[in-house]
Amino acid sequence: MKIFIPTPLRQYAGKKDVVEVRAATVGEALAQLTSTHPDLKRHLYTEDGKLRAFVNVYLNDEDVRYLSDKENTRVKDSDHLSIIPSIAGGRDVRSVRPNLLCPITRWPNHPIRKAARNDGD
Amino acid sequence: MATTTLASNALTKDEILRYSRHLIMPEVGLDGQQKLKAARVLCIGTGGLGSPLALYLAAAGVGTLGLVDFDVVDFTNLQRQIIHSTSDVGRSKLESATEKVEAINPFVEVRGFETRLSSDNALDIIRDFDIVVDGTDNFPTRYLVNDACVLTGKPNVYGSIFRFEGQASVFGAKDGPCYRCLYPEPPPPGLVPSCAEGGVLGILPGLVGIIQATETIKLILGSGDPLIGRLLLVDALGMRFRELKLRKNPECPVCGVNPTVTELIDYQEFCGIRGEEVPVTTNVPEIQPEELKRRIDAGENIFVLDVREPHEYQICNLNGHLIPLGDLPKRMNELDSSREIVAHCRSGVRSGKAVDFLRQAGFRKVKNLAGGILAWADRVDPRMPKY
Repeated sequence: MKIFIPTPLRQYAGKKDVVEVRAATVGEALAQLTSTHPDLKRHLYTEDGKLRAFVNVYLNDEDVRYLSDKENTRVKDSDHLSIIPSIAGGRDVRSVRPNLLCPITRWPNHPIRKAARNDGD
Repeated sequence: MATTTLASNALTKDEILRYSRHLIMPEVGLDGQQKLKAARVLCIGTGGLGSPLALYLAAAGVGTLGLVDFDVVDFTNLQRQIIHSTSDVGRSKLESATEKVEAINPFVEVRGFETRLSSDNALDIIRDFDIVVDGTDNFPTRYLVNDACVLTGKPNVYGSIFRFEGQASVFGAKDGPCYRCLYPEPPPPGLVPSCAEGGVLGILPGLVGIIQATETIKLILGSGDPLIGRLLLVDALGMRFRELKLRKNPECPVCGVNPTVTELIDYQEFCGIRGEEVPVTTNVPEIQPEELKRRIDAGENIFVLDVREPHEYQICNLNGHLIPLGDLPKRMNELDSSREIVAHCRSGVRSGKAVDFLRQAGFRKVKNLAGGILAWADRVDPRMPKY
């Protein structure tokens, strides 16, 4: 079956947009993907082996989380898996001009600012 | 706050002429055009997504258009943020966008908010609008917009882009899923590359922004099949549109059965962005661009290592030896550890990692060019292009 790799993760999958695997279940397919491309593993799973909260895996157009057998769902060769990570667009906040990033000025509820307010700011 | 009585939304003769191509189609008609005139839409951001959004919503006759932006137009915006012109560089985006919207359609009432949307002001700003369109560019603001929309019961027309891929949906509609149903948590900083690092095809925000504008118009008209419960994926390179089913998560922390988020929170903290991590600092030895220049000019035997990508090298370079950061581990044998090495990239972040890596691998005489080739362009060679 085909696994579609989204643009942000292609750099960890040998720059491929589609990876072909032979597997009987969703879980097996993902395991095969991460054993062929070990760098992907860190991006898809937490250290205790759970799929990360900002990554969704879809079997065809269904979210695997909502399938009754979840990762044990059986798959056919004609099925495809899609990995859908969250993308924010635009820029990384950390690359914004530093003066705009100062948490004190940007986030009025920042503890430092709160403390300043309490001091009569 | 504008009251939406039918009388105040009656169209003038000029408006009837202007909107005639809408009025003659039964899906819009006079009723629909009056709904558009009565509608109050808030666009968060007037950047890549916000540009086509604001222009088309204004042209279509949305009566009240709220614009939120705190930023200033710069040259790198012009490749995709089509609401701003070359002559606007240095101006406030809000001022520039307001001017363009008013030029396109003087019947639109623009309400500008020259501020960064925050937990302190979001509810107040959103309150007076019917629909919110998310044209933001970072995770904290996305979660903020989502939560504020769920808490105030406003639909959130979502769009997001990366390189040549986009996503669009309508969140926060009655009984529909929200952004947190799809992504309960944001990625930790640094794990997913940003557009500033990864780039973005200039046309893509146009494509996705217009999908958002279309969904907004459909919500106002109450016609068609909106993207509620569906995530549209746009792949501009393959020119493929795919659709995934989205479900309302009963355990969603903000729109679920027992919500744990009942007021706006600190979204910087939620997204793992804290003061001490900003700006990115490296603890590796550095060399300033002026010193590097002086020492190269003095004929010193310095090996310049460029750890950027080949397509970046083509834009500008210091005649360095090119080994992209990702290839460094397997191409380390190309480096002579007895020579003095100065690594550089665009701004100094990647080469900082390279220097750190090389020092751990036993290279002693390796330094990072502080500020990267951008600092070189600013302080040594003003003819050097910046990107």
